[in-house]
Amino acid sequence: MPVLDYIEAIRLAMKEEMERDPDVFVLGEDVGVKGGVFTTTKGLQQQFGETRVMDTPLSESAIAGVAIGAAMYGMKPIAEMQYSDFMFPATNQIISEAAKIRYRSNNDWSCPLVIRAPIGGGIFGGLYHSQCPESVFFGTPGLKIVAPYTPADAKGLLTAAIRDPDPVLFFENKKCYTLVNGSVPEGDYTVPIGKSNVLREGDDITVISYSLPLHFALQAAEELAAEGISAHILDLRSLQPLDKEGILEAARRTGKVLIIHEDNKTGGIGAEVSAIIAEEMLYELDAPIRRLCGPDVPAMPINPPGEKFFMLNKDKVLEAMRELALY
Amino acid sequence: MKVTVQEIVMPKLAESVVSATIERWLKQPGEQIGMYEPVCEIITDKVGAEIPSTIAGRLVKILVGTGETVEVGTPICLIETEAEAESTAAAAAPAEEARSAAAASPGQQQARPAGAMRGRYSPAVLQLSAEHGIDPADVQGTGTGGRVTRKDILAHAEASSKGQAPASAPTSASAPALEPGDRIVESRGPVRSSGLHLGETPRIPSVEIEGHAIPGRGEYFIDVTPIRNTIATRMRQSVTEIPHGWMMIEVDVTNLVVLRSKIKDDFRKREGTNLTYLAFFIKAVVNAIKDFPIINSVWAVDKIIVKRDINISMSVGTEDSVITPVIKNADQKNIAGLAHEIDTLARKTREGKLRVDDVQGGTFTINNTGSFGAILTQPIINYPQAAIITFESIVKRPVVINDMLAVRSMANICLSLDHRILDGVICGRFLQRVKENLESFSSETHLY
Repeated sequence: MPVLDYIEAIRLAMKEEMERDPDVFVLGEDVGVKGGVFTTTKGLQQQFGETRVMDTPLSESAIAGVAIGAAMYGMKPIAEMQYSDFMFPATNQIISEAAKIRYRSNNDWSCPLVIRAPIGGGIFGGLYHSQCPESVFFGTPGLKIVAPYTPADAKGLLTAAIRDPDPVLFFENKKCYTLVNGSVPEGDYTVPIGKSNVLREGDDITVISYSLPLHFALQAAEELAAEGISAHILDLRSLQPLDKEGILEAARRTGKVLIIHEDNKTGGIGAEVSAIIAEEMLYELDAPIRRLCGPDVPAMPINPPGEKFFMLNKDKVLEAMRELALY
Repeated sequence: MKVTVQEIVMPKLAESVVSATIERWLKQPGEQIGMYEPVCEIITDKVGAEIPSTIAGRLVKILVGTGETVEVGTPICLIETEAEAESTAAAAAPAEEARSAAAASPGQQQARPAGAMRGRYSPAVLQLSAEHGIDPADVQGTGTGGRVTRKDILAHAEASSKGQAPASAPTSASAPALEPGDRIVESRGPVRSSGLHLGETPRIPSVEIEGHAIPGRGEYFIDVTPIRNTIATRMRQSVTEIPHGWMMIEVDVTNLVVLRSKIKDDFRKREGTNLTYLAFFIKAVVNAIKDFPIINSVWAVDKIIVKRDINISMSVGTEDSVITPVIKNADQKNIAGLAHEIDTLARKTREGKLRVDDVQGGTFTINNTGSFGAILTQPIINYPQAAIITFESIVKRPVVINDMLAVRSMANICLSLDHRILDGVICGRFLQRVKENLESFSSETHLY
């Protein structure tokens, strides 16, 4: 199995789907000629042409709106938001239009749309290049939301999202683009949306997370193993729908749960996961459910020491994991 | 003042740098070093840099030599200083803040008096204790503050079942050694929902549509499909705009019938398509149009546009709709060619593969209404053409020829006409010509 970077896996998924299905096309700012500001769509316009890899004007609501229209017409658009921070002008299109089309038309219309957006900080990007907006769209019925961590999941989930008949938000972590690499199966495969994945088995604590923080959790777990603490690590992969069964099974394994995400704590995905666990298996918990998240602060600082303080890292994660294990 | 020896460690220069190599020492043991004065040059895979000293003092010992590579955070030299020992300044700071940040975020387990958590039994502990008949008070707590943890209970249960009895009530449950991952609760019903969870599709309610309250009657609705809508619009336009006239004649097609029966099997084998009456009919009509070109025209209010191309629209019907694909330049085709074209268009229609240009450009329409058994039709003109002709069912009938009775195959031909352009005389003559053409088909007719 070839080893690919996270960003290569995403690019490959788009390339293969576009080869397979002529209705799939990409649109976004700088995706065509430039190949994407991170090089995610590099080479695609050369291969597929201007009408299938389109550079759009600087207007996220138009990107989303046009994509929704095309999807309703029968095409399979992959709309890229250059940074997830820029998505908010498109929020009305996503929440009030895309998410509701099938429902409001009683199945006459559907919207097989994918919106890709990079999330997360750690690149000295500050307010407008570091946000994690998952919680803004989370809880909107009619939308599916995925946030892969491994390159194999990135390719499989993007393929599944493109083939999905309903709108999917695909949140890729920008720090993971070149930081994370891994084996990606050859050929055509999908990862089902709504299924989590156990990255590491353990018996002392359960760590539930998605996206970049898993990187730190896995490193921390290695170190803690030397101390005799074994961590069970669950990659949510899909944020909506959450894999309730997967979450509960992982939580039951140890009775001690630590939920980690970079998005700020209040109102984040962790709150919902925590509520689900408390609702369904209170009597199997051995410790209060813990959440390690970004601070409830309006923005990630752009100054390096400030960003370092804000961001999660291996040490913070390890501390939290050890403390819970010893509880 | 007290003299202490402190370390300088390898600092972290960039986000992804994990180690660095000493390239050159700028100071030697014994030399004085000022605050922030560079002590050595290092190189990583990203940058070359100088390391400033964070302490003022005298370099005592070099710990990492030139050319050696060490990880970030490793001490590289010792400095004797008279300053107060700052608790491992720079390099330790990241670790400090990480720890303090970590302590700031999740659960505050600040120093509790030992044993404070002794009596805090979590739900898992109570559940497991009840199941195994263990009193948690008897169990050694290994958790924070002396807390009895889930693992403690499980370990206790395993120990008891193995016969080494710590002081605990005998277990009637006699639980076998449990793996930590074992299911504790047997009855696990379906996961409860507290609302619409986003992974589920809601139950679709079945709604009965009520009929009118007329005793003994009811009604149901049919959705109007786009094609039905189109047909409705076109028909309405045609009927409201064009004043329709109508006439018919009957044709003796006995010779045609004989001809066709004779050659149809051969034709099928050679050409691969059926030879229908329609092909002959179209040929007859097209030749008649050549003699009466005014039939092939369009009303344009202040003028009549006579079309030179004879494009025949052919009505192809299905159970719930009708569409008219076009045979372009039908006058340039012979009977065999027409037969092929008819077959192709009919097939495309049935398979739903007609394209826009297949149904555009028609100048005159022919409808084979006889194919479903009609003997008389009053067709509606295909707007904006001038006329439409139908070929009715071929029926064996007794007729009078030369004052004698004969049984002949007879077919009616009906014509609806745009009375703004066409009148009775011209149409009568046209129909006569069609009749002549049809009656002229005999065993001598060439198909090609």
